[in-house]
Amino acid sequence: MSWSYILRRIVFLFFVIWVTSTIIFFIPRISARNPVRERLAELSRMTGFTPVDLEKIIAAYNEKFGLNKPLAEQYVDYMSGVLRGDLGPSLAKYPKTVWSLILDALPWTIALLFVTTLISFVLGNLLGAMTAWPKSPRWVKALMGPMMMLQGVPPYLLGLLLIFFVAFRLKLLPINGAMNAGTVPEFSLKFILDALRHQILPAVSMILSSVAFWALGMRGMGVTIQGEDYVNFAEHKGLSSSVIFRDYYVRNALLPQVTGLALAFGSVITSGVLIETLFALPGLGSVLGQAIAQNDYFVIFGISFFIIIAVTLLMLIVDIIYPLLDPRIRLNTK
Amino acid sequence: MTTLAVNPSSVAAFQPPSRGVLAMRYLRRNKSLGIGIALLVFLTLFSISGHLLLNVNKMAYPLAVKSKMPPDPGCLFDSTKQLNKNCLVLGSDFYGRDLFAVMARGLAQTAQIGALAGLIGTVVGTVLGFIAAYFGGVIDAVIRALTEVLLPIPVFLIQVLIAGAIDKKLVTVTTMALIVVLLAWMGPTRVIRAQVLSMRERMFVNVAKLSGMSNLEIIFKEIMPNLLPFLGSSFVGQVFAAIFASFGLAVLGLGPLREPLIGNTLYFAQYQAAIFNGWWWWPLWPSLTLIMVFGGLTLIMVGLDEIANPRVRRSE
Amino acid sequence: MTNPVLQVIDLQVTYYTDSGRAKALDNVSFTLNAGEKLGLVGESGSGKSTMALAMMRMIKPPGRVEGGQVIVDGIDLVKLSEQDMLKARLSKIAYIPQGAMNSLNPVMRIGAQMMDAIRAHNPRMSRGEMTDRCMQSLESVDLKREVFKMYPHELSGGMKQRVCIAISILLRPKVIIADEPTSALDVVTQRQVMETINRVQKDLGAAVILIGHDMGLMAQSMDKVAVMYAGKLTELSTVQQMFTHPLHPYAQALIHSLPNLDNKGVLAGIPGLAPSLLRIPPGCPFHPRCNQAMERCKSVVPFLKQTPEGRWVSCLLYEEEAVKAS
Repeated sequence: MSWSYILRRIVFLFFVIWVTSTIIFFIPRISARNPVRERLAELSRMTGFTPVDLEKIIAAYNEKFGLNKPLAEQYVDYMSGVLRGDLGPSLAKYPKTVWSLILDALPWTIALLFVTTLISFVLGNLLGAMTAWPKSPRWVKALMGPMMMLQGVPPYLLGLLLIFFVAFRLKLLPINGAMNAGTVPEFSLKFILDALRHQILPAVSMILSSVAFWALGMRGMGVTIQGEDYVNFAEHKGLSSSVIFRDYYVRNALLPQVTGLALAFGSVITSGVLIETLFALPGLGSVLGQAIAQNDYFVIFGISFFIIIAVTLLMLIVDIIYPLLDPRIRLNTK
Repeated sequence: MTTLAVNPSSVAAFQPPSRGVLAMRYLRRNKSLGIGIALLVFLTLFSISGHLLLNVNKMAYPLAVKSKMPPDPGCLFDSTKQLNKNCLVLGSDFYGRDLFAVMARGLAQTAQIGALAGLIGTVVGTVLGFIAAYFGGVIDAVIRALTEVLLPIPVFLIQVLIAGAIDKKLVTVTTMALIVVLLAWMGPTRVIRAQVLSMRERMFVNVAKLSGMSNLEIIFKEIMPNLLPFLGSSFVGQVFAAIFASFGLAVLGLGPLREPLIGNTLYFAQYQAAIFNGWWWWPLWPSLTLIMVFGGLTLIMVGLDEIANPRVRRSE
Repeated sequence: MTNPVLQVIDLQVTYYTDSGRAKALDNVSFTLNAGEKLGLVGESGSGKSTMALAMMRMIKPPGRVEGGQVIVDGIDLVKLSEQDMLKARLSKIAYIPQGAMNSLNPVMRIGAQMMDAIRAHNPRMSRGEMTDRCMQSLESVDLKREVFKMYPHELSGGMKQRVCIAISILLRPKVIIADEPTSALDVVTQRQVMETINRVQKDLGAAVILIGHDMGLMAQSMDKVAVMYAGKLTELSTVQQMFTHPLHPYAQALIHSLPNLDNKGVLAGIPGLAPSLLRIPPGCPFHPRCNQAMERCKSVVPFLKQTPEGRWVSCLLYEEEAVKAS
């Protein structure tokens, strides 16, 4: 695999990041809402105390955050800050910085999304491969029907059903939240087990719908691969069904699926945000949701930017890994 | 020279079955397509009956007077209540609305969003893909570049940002459709472009050109008919993506909150901690109908895929 | 020396399709001795590839082996269990596929694909022994040892075909079936591959069945030739007999249609088309196109009969002679 290929990909992805950052910078600012004003108004409502010089305070804060400068100048200032790693302060949760908010929420999101994506990938592809293999047991093939339906249903709805049946009716698992109400996060076994218990329903909802997606894609690949001459010849060699399944069938059908993994991480963000809302998990999605409600420019940008970087980085990793897996591409740079 | 002997009388007696019968037979074989269509038909009938039986325009919207009565589970499972003619079949929500009316109207509006966004997305995608492939050169390069750069962007993120930023009053069913379609057209563009490219090279286009057909004629008479299966599946795909995205936005509270969209209903249920409070029917029935919508559309997409790509047919 | 290593007796294969039943093989019988080379020719759809698949027991639904025996080295393959058949493949009867381009797993090294074949039959063999066996095999098909570590896409078409041959001789089978091994290759590579097959066969003393439609190739390398038509074996003779004095009218027409240096420019074909296996004509399947057809041919089905010289033919023209001989 040539260096020029990697370089081209990096440049392309940098370009995508830049375009997207510009878009997410400007969108929140097209609304007429001023987050500083809203926050201060909310504070005064809550405490019942309205400072006399409210307008002056608002103006001072606007000055501090540079919100009264022309948009183009704000763009340049902020972007140069971003390049240095400074994502700015949170306007609604001042003086907390955007970075600190991201870092607080990150573990919950990574734990859920990353793990469920990997589990779905492995489980789904295996299931899909078995569904298309003629020598699989009957019940595996019968799974195809319900999987086809599941594939399109947003995890949110599945989560809702699960909450209803498992948490509400059967009372087996908690309804929502990342931990039992009132618990303080600590590094004890008790806490970890409790946290895991709370992750089960969210994880299962996400896995159910993703598994279906991978399974169906793999099944399509599987049908194609089965017709290939080398699977036939493997049979002529007298290899057992399980060996052919593993070395000739799955190994070839899995390759194109890997490219889908990068895109999957992107779409998992979508369902992730919704699931976090449903289950009241304090991950990046909820923080983003709150920031949008308060039109907190910097947090909105920070989190969205972080998500985009993460997604494009994952895409790059998959781009680099794929040639390592497929020898045909790897050695073709002669 | 030997020819196969055919019995002339048997040929005359053969009557092809009517189109309708052939269609039904095919649906029975292509189970995904059949079940998918059946689900959507059921939902359409459900919505229509809701509109006919109740005064939906009044009952689906929050009452002017905020009623303080707690949500009512309805008389679907409770036979004692069924004696009372005024009982609400599927119950009511926190705001006193009849859930049946809410769902009937919500489904209709969901269909509206899907159809509108689906149509726009497919048309834009087809036109762009077509132009790019047919005329090639700089135009192709530009369109391709645009598509490739916009494709990796997590679209939902942008949609959430847009929906969050615009003035609440501006959010209606129509604007939802537009937001949703803004970044959705790239899919069909790619697919149509690839198809037209492969067709352009093929012989029948060259033959048509040689026989003197004008460009426009070639486009409509030769290429279009071959694109139809892809147009069909692109359209369904766009409808699905539109409903999926608008659902996501509504559930976050970013939709047209006054309208009884199912996503909105779920948002309010979430907001009022419905399940926590035991009002399980409020989010449950709308969720089930929406699951049917998504499931049905997915099955139709799989079914269409079987038509377009015969290799995926059941290997039994 | 007659030492029958392969006996096919009354093999029947039918395909049950949506459009009806197709009789792909109709009571085909023949015998092969060790070291003999049989060429199997016929038009597309005559049943020659089906024959190969049937012998390897690779007929998949909607096809079925309806009856008959395939006896290799004393064992009837048709009656074996699935497990035993797996063991028999490659070790007793091996197959060289038609399109070698795609017959090798693109993501596995050549060596790995050879080793897994050995391992499936001899799981106890040590790694070193298996590698040695593979290297020997590669040498006998004239490939360098380095090929062991390479991937299929790094090899040319001819090399890939020779790898397939190398794989087929790994376990020293008694019967080797080569299904049109040279069809997709250029003439020079064709010669290489044919020479390889010949050499390998001589080393092993195996019987070879070469399936193809290139009569010239058959004449050069084979001992006997069998002609198939519409699922039936029409004639089986030695190469000498077939090319100088073919018996069956179809075989005669085939030989006659071969371009001849003497009457350049004059090409003779066989009028008509081969019948679809779904609608085989009654009686002798060839009678509609036969220039020596008799009235009886339309209704009576000829069976394979042996002539006094030891040739086999299924044609009513020779019924009386065969009756006289027995």
